[in-house]
Amino acid sequence: MSGSGVVLNKNPGWNRPPLIEPEGEGELLEVAMGPHHPSTHGVFRMDVALDGERVIRLKPVFGYLHRNHEKIAEGSSYLASMPFTDRLDYMCPMTNNWAYAIAVEKLTGQQVPERAEYLRVIVGELTRVVNHASAIGFLTQEMGASGTPLMYAFKEREKILDLFEALTGARMMVNYMRFGGCRVDATPAWLDATRKVVSGLPKFVDEFENLLRGNEILMARCQGVGVLRPELAVNAGVSGPMLRASGVNYDIRKVDGYGIYNRFKFRVPLGDHGDIYDRFMIRLLEIRESLGILEQALHDIPAGPVMDPKAKLRGFRPKPGEAYGRIEAPKGELGFYLISDGGPNPYRYRIRPPSLINLTVLEDMCLGSNVADVILIFGSVDIVLGEVDR
Amino acid sequence: MAGADYHPLSRRGIGTKGLGKAWNERAFVIEEQALKTVEEIKAAIEASVPGAGVELVLNPSVSGQHSLRLAPSHAVAVATFLRDDRDLALDFLSNATGVDWPDKEISEKIKVTRTVSKTVDGVDQQVEETVEETRKRVEPGCLEAVYHLFSVAKKHGPVIIRLKTVNRSDQVELPSLTPVWRSAEFQEREIFDLFGIVFTGHPDLRRLLMWDEFKDHPMRRDYVEPDDYEYEPTAHDEVLARAQAHRAKAEAGQKGGDR
Repeated sequence: MSGSGVVLNKNPGWNRPPLIEPEGEGELLEVAMGPHHPSTHGVFRMDVALDGERVIRLKPVFGYLHRNHEKIAEGSSYLASMPFTDRLDYMCPMTNNWAYAIAVEKLTGQQVPERAEYLRVIVGELTRVVNHASAIGFLTQEMGASGTPLMYAFKEREKILDLFEALTGARMMVNYMRFGGCRVDATPAWLDATRKVVSGLPKFVDEFENLLRGNEILMARCQGVGVLRPELAVNAGVSGPMLRASGVNYDIRKVDGYGIYNRFKFRVPLGDHGDIYDRFMIRLLEIRESLGILEQALHDIPAGPVMDPKAKLRGFRPKPGEAYGRIEAPKGELGFYLISDGGPNPYRYRIRPPSLINLTVLEDMCLGSNVADVILIFGSVDIVLGEVDR
Repeated sequence: MAGADYHPLSRRGIGTKGLGKAWNERAFVIEEQALKTVEEIKAAIEASVPGAGVELVLNPSVSGQHSLRLAPSHAVAVATFLRDDRDLALDFLSNATGVDWPDKEISEKIKVTRTVSKTVDGVDQQVEETVEETRKRVEPGCLEAVYHLFSVAKKHGPVIIRLKTVNRSDQVELPSLTPVWRSAEFQEREIFDLFGIVFTGHPDLRRLLMWDEFKDHPMRRDYVEPDDYEYEPTAHDEVLARAQAHRAKAEAGQKGGDR
């Protein structure tokens, strides 16, 4: 690569010593990848310094989608923020709802009825299937498999979104959960339709896996690329499939056992190499485990209310105090930190976004690799900008 | 966590470069263990970091998540202890965030006893009298950084630590915990951006979400939005008048003017 290079040290913000020394005498090329690059999953920019094809520095730049969600939520009531959480990670609105509901329930001590817990698990795991399948689809798209695997994933996603629409009235902006339960009950017909969709999913996963797992291009481009060491992953707060692909056994569904996850039998797949291929395979294997949980939940779901009829939704004022609630969202640990001063609005409302914190290690994974691999490494993190920038 | 870990990916086809073989043996020993109470953690910190000045902050809500307030001077030492201690092993900093506590004017009723001279039955006497008085005092505000710690190795948490600045205007420095937990890197940048806490020792303290030229801290509770983010002075009368008014405001240094 030639052209007028930029001398890095004169650029403010690049104030850390170089981790990789450029070879030879040539000038470095600074490239702004994004915010309109099609592979950045939205509006995200990476300021990359290149020595030929090698990445010497990489600085993520955020904020293109920043709307200060936290400030808006502090100015509105607890309930009014619930539909807004759908817009955080718009691929997985159900788990966003769930994390917020769990944080508020921790603050107030509300109990959730059995049936609502089962419904939460069902929609939560369906969300995980949607997210992981699409994440793999997008990853292969960035590898050059233009559209086909992504459309396979989207075909299944459409079936699940139809279920969400039948249940909540909206495909994506579901606004389904409430503090102490769920907004509407599922009909027996909906549960039957869900059973039907779930029973068809293993076939899709097999097909998807056969299509991709042994693909030579995928293996050549993913294995050994973007390796994340487990110590760094833990220290940098990486969570979700990325952490487990590095071999760290940490799944909040098992660790906290929130909701009723203690009742289900499922395994936590772990990677051994921490590279892109492991992250891709962990997602596929987690879909399989999710399908197992779905089958158990759809089999065991009891009858009953989905919400305490006496629960107060409007004029809702928790006692002063604070609570941090977290769940295993498809992208990692999604947490909400709330401080109440006894008023109708939260005094402090904070979201712990897994997408943002998983990007902490992006530079570490990309340094020394080719510029073409940056796209893949970034794609394997699996982020949504609505959650990164909030 | 019952049974052995599930490792479906231990074999590879082509392209394996032998990476991560060392990690087939578990790097993290997994033990289920009840977390110590905050009082025990406080005692453990005080035993190992002399003069740490740990203060217990009780949480009245049902969540029961009490926290520990650390003295900023010893924060890094205490954080390192929390991470490296064998029993606590708080290796995972999950969430770091700021909280703004503005100056508070508190009026309270105080019973005051004073000696008053009174004429009782035609005789001047010194009588003690209790009067209720309303007094106002200003409780100085501060900025607070809150860290939620978990343990991946021991699978427990959260342990919550808090740091408090001296005030909200000129003494807003706190020690950065990024050297202890890398996870704080972006989150402390966000706190600096939105709350204005300056983290000393942070390797790359820049704004994270707002643009670099932005001058205020939007998450502070007394933040006032500017009247217009993007004004374009043109020849049109209406727009020109608006722009002039805007500039006059900005020159007067008024809040809500140009930032």
